[in-house]
Amino acid sequence: MQEAGIVGYGFFVPRLRITIEEIAKTWKKDGKKTSAGLGLQEKAVAAWDEDTATISVEAARMALETAKLDSQKIGAIFVGSESHPYAVKPTATIVGDAINAGPAFMAADLEFACKAGTAGIQVCMGLVKSDMINYGLSVGADTAQGKPNDALEFTAGSGGAGFIVGKEKNEIIATLDETFSFTTDTPDFWRRQHAEFPRHAGRFTGEPAYFRHVFGATHAILEKTGLKPTEFSHVIFHQPNGKFPRIAAKKLGFTEAQLKQGLITPLIGNTYSGSTMIGLASVLDIAKPGEKILAVSYGSGAGSDAFVLTTTKNSSTKRAPISVLEMIQEKEYISYSEYAKHRKKLKSL
Amino acid sequence: MADNAIAIHWRRYPERYLLRGCHCETCKTDFFPGRLFCPNCRRKGKMVSKEMPRTGKIVSFTEVFVGPIGFQHETPYFLALIDLGNKCMILSQIVDSPKEKIKTGAQVKKVFRKIQDTDHEGAIAYGYKFKVS
Ligand SMILES: [Zn+2]
Repeated sequence: MQEAGIVGYGFFVPRLRITIEEIAKTWKKDGKKTSAGLGLQEKAVAAWDEDTATISVEAARMALETAKLDSQKIGAIFVGSESHPYAVKPTATIVGDAINAGPAFMAADLEFACKAGTAGIQVCMGLVKSDMINYGLSVGADTAQGKPNDALEFTAGSGGAGFIVGKEKNEIIATLDETFSFTTDTPDFWRRQHAEFPRHAGRFTGEPAYFRHVFGATHAILEKTGLKPTEFSHVIFHQPNGKFPRIAAKKLGFTEAQLKQGLITPLIGNTYSGSTMIGLASVLDIAKPGEKILAVSYGSGAGSDAFVLTTTKNSSTKRAPISVLEMIQEKEYISYSEYAKHRKKLKSL
Repeated sequence: MADNAIAIHWRRYPERYLLRGCHCETCKTDFFPGRLFCPNCRRKGKMVSKEMPRTGKIVSFTEVFVGPIGFQHETPYFLALIDLGNKCMILSQIVDSPKEKIKTGAQVKKVFRKIQDTDHEGAIAYGYKFKVS
């Protein structure tokens, strides 16, 4: 079978920010305590002319730029999100036309809570390895909504990242060595058709949901590859807040140093389908050749996709035009009332 | 957007998504938006489709305080006349840019944004806006 690897990556995080303290102030909660409890200072907010499609297009464009690839060579586009702008009508076709990939490409939108983007990477891996396509693009992006005053409102952020999977050795930045998924039917978080905001099962979202699946996928991929936690230079876990990935890393035997570069949620909030993928992009911003990376996503409902990657010599030359950490420095703070306007939380908008 | 406007919007996707205009191979001139005939060469012109540069320079700008229908909640916002460097000028909204950086001569780059989304059940119009780079 063909080898497959990442040949380009890109990302986009909206410019607007709201601090956890500002949200807490509106609901008469202790901002410092909430912020510390979640391990999160602020979150990125999509402006009202931004949505999952616009974020995906920007991430896809940057991925093409990083890959130095002609968009007409893309054979498949998948967009994973839980906030696709349309219930029926794909985001992937908007992305395809906006980067001029069409009309000869296959496309579909995916949904698996916060892990639909990594599921798209797996689909691209399969298509590339089986020689059905030469290049596949998977984007994970969200403009996640939390119900006002719900715990999720403090963490639900906006952003996304895209990865182009290819097979040419001289183009690959990081080889996709192995993947493993751990999936069960677990009702920890959901949004019914026509419902505006998702619901979650409170405490149930921890042990039986996030931790069980992240641990299950991690243990299995380590066993499958025979690798030990100490052999990885970087590890990325899905980051619904700043706390869960830290607990997961510690329990699984990874250090804060391995986790640091890919832990972005404390600065921009949980970008759902974008979360693990932006973390991986941030790692590729600085990774040196020959480093092993472990990335484990988590999507409610529930499942985890684990990946083992190894950076190649191209990793030091093929980098995004701006790093994740640089892009998120570009920001503008807004008040809760401006946030309510941009996110259309006011009834008349 | 209104359902009866969909065909008009859709025909302009290449222009709005990719800044696709055209180029006359006879007199080597770019045009945006695209046109069927070259005004310089008339019947001798040979027009081909071409994507415009995605960067440019602000030639002139204005701040809009009273927006047209569909934009009334976005005010105040900036509109700028942008020189794409190939003698093509484009009028666009400027977003994601601090007020003090929006000035004549400022370098801008194209971004992909929602242009119109007023009808909750209607189709969404996407297209170009620019930001100071
Ligand atoms: Zn001409």
